[in-house]
Amino acid sequence: MDQLIEQIVTGLSIGSILLLVALGLSIIYGSMGIINLAHGEFVMLGAYAAWVFHTYLGLGLLASLVPIFLVVAAFGWVIERYVLSLLNNRPLDTILATWGVGIMLQQAVRLMVGSELRYVQLPPALADSMDVFGIPISSYRVFLFVVSIALFGATWLLMNRTTVGMKLRAIIQDRSVAASFGINAKRVYALTFAYGAGLAGLAGALVSPLKSVSPDMGTGYVVDAFMVVVLGGVQSLAGTVASAFILGELSGGIAFLQNDTVAKTIVLLAIVVLIRFRPEGLFTARVRA
Amino acid sequence: MSISRRTLLRNTAALGAFAGAGLPHIWIKNADLAYAAGGEIKVGVLFSLTGTTAIIEESLNKATLLAIEEINAAGGIKGSKIVPIVEDPASDPATFSEKARKLVVGDKCVSVFGSYTSASRKAVLPVFERQNNLYWYPTLYEGRECSKNVIYTGAVPNQQQDEFVPWLVKKFGKKFYLIGSNYIYPKEENNYCKKLLEKLGGEVVAEEYVPLGHSEFSSVINKIRSTQPNVIFSTVVGDSVVALHRQYKAAGLDPEKMPMASLTTSENEVAAMGGEAAAGHFTSAPYFMVHKSPENEKFVEAYKKRWGADKVTHFVSEACYFQTYLFKQAVEKLATSDLTPPNIRDAVKGQEVIAPQGKVRIEPENLHTWLWPKIAQAKSNGQFEILVEAKDWLKPVPYAAYPGQSCTEKGLVEKS
Repeated sequence: MDQLIEQIVTGLSIGSILLLVALGLSIIYGSMGIINLAHGEFVMLGAYAAWVFHTYLGLGLLASLVPIFLVVAAFGWVIERYVLSLLNNRPLDTILATWGVGIMLQQAVRLMVGSELRYVQLPPALADSMDVFGIPISSYRVFLFVVSIALFGATWLLMNRTTVGMKLRAIIQDRSVAASFGINAKRVYALTFAYGAGLAGLAGALVSPLKSVSPDMGTGYVVDAFMVVVLGGVQSLAGTVASAFILGELSGGIAFLQNDTVAKTIVLLAIVVLIRFRPEGLFTARVRA
Repeated sequence: MSISRRTLLRNTAALGAFAGAGLPHIWIKNADLAYAAGGEIKVGVLFSLTGTTAIIEESLNKATLLAIEEINAAGGIKGSKIVPIVEDPASDPATFSEKARKLVVGDKCVSVFGSYTSASRKAVLPVFERQNNLYWYPTLYEGRECSKNVIYTGAVPNQQQDEFVPWLVKKFGKKFYLIGSNYIYPKEENNYCKKLLEKLGGEVVAEEYVPLGHSEFSSVINKIRSTQPNVIFSTVVGDSVVALHRQYKAAGLDPEKMPMASLTTSENEVAAMGGEAAAGHFTSAPYFMVHKSPENEKFVEAYKKRWGADKVTHFVSEACYFQTYLFKQAVEKLATSDLTPPNIRDAVKGQEVIAPQGKVRIEPENLHTWLWPKIAQAKSNGQFEILVEAKDWLKPVPYAAYPGQSCTEKGLVEKS
């Protein structure tokens, strides 16, 4: 029984990390239809930003979260403004462009700070473990869980309760009609992309104390993020959350019963089979077309 | 005209056979003359500067270049300068093979120093065997290889485990949890570990492999909690080492009760995970940065001076450094006209050099290296403390886990 609870808590923790990484991608993919292959590199930039703030400015991880969000969001804004917005309505070219941007970011980091692994300190206040339902679990993992839920909440509010969100939803439904109502689609797209990039940056910074920081760390995350978004259903934020936790529990559980290699294989296979029969993913937003 | 796949294959094969049989006679003659032309000795340096394993291979490139620069600054080899030709194989086995061929056939290097992973070594092996050139491989590896075209200067399983496993059993207990990355090296090391444990009456509570680059260890940690081993025997590599240690620490496990015993955690990985996550765990290797010897002080000082004060040396970069000196000694024994890869190979047999870890020697039988096993514990300052030093150097036995087989000068011999 204890083991079962322990494993469920572990799955929640894995799921919260998946959600953290996938949230930014889900926004960009779901609302703009851009398949952003540079997403992993935004995650990586966030992790490096955490390292830079810590090593050169002496800022702790928690204190640097807001600046990291802003820095990576600014990066995203520039890339949207000067690369992607010039490729409007050309989905294939956008995929290629974001892939290229990703490679360039990776190599730029490698050239500037070298390819060795970097160290980001775990916030000392969260370095210990605590008891959740009698199960010892790392305080930092609990913190990540809370943050990922909070970020999801903030994103949901932004989409559904603000003017920017309303404009974005209008553009998603019909860009030309929205434009004729005076909505500046370009600006909204740039802001959305920047927001998604900023979220990815935050995710990178937040996972860096548990994992490792290297120029090519993004590759793994982008795959995970796409699996979450595709399973959850494009354009469905709630679907992203559900699928992140489903995948977390699933891969954690199989890893416990078998091992991580088997878990990875089965999860991937399950997604492929599911997509075959439900190409729109588990959850679909009701959009009038 | 349509070319069927079969004809194409046949023609390609015929062309290959022609190239293999006909051309080398002409080329090797010219190559002999070129090996020491113009007071220069060309060697290849083949470590990934980009891609996944660049994290570690960059330091191997640096240690090799440092040794070459030192040798050249001291007058070269009998007046000839060593000219390093650096190629970046980008952590990709196919590129390794392609660049190796370029260095051996195109640049006519007399030897190549390179590789970190076993996959990349296996990829270049055919090139060196076919061209009868010489590859210098600095990494600890799984053994079970017996090539006449490779000098192996890293540790093989018996050199890392013969002392380590009994010591762990005595100090912590008999229940081992084996965890490694999912490829050949960890599997072979665990194979040998299980053999040793069997002799010692030990018990393997779990043997588990995670995908390369894996970074989510919470389920593994749950399993460790539920099986309660005395020792976690780790052959996890690369950035996974960092994630495993950090998550172990965050989960509140105690290294005093259940330490990780690693064959792969060096100063390099410790720097990335932070001293607090590494502290208390053990590593077995022939070299640690804190080892006290005049040669090591000189090496560490020179390395930091050349590449930056924050840089660390570790058990693979040390091998890169001393194997370059072994190369120098072997070349010194040869007349300039005799300078060919096979002659260097024969000259290096039995060669000794005082390396930072102590005096090492190339075993004439199997071209592996006699090394000095050490057991060390990581400290929170990011360095190790050496707890046990072997009293004597240890012979390399690349087929230690396979009793019927041994690597000799004639190649792999199987006793039935």
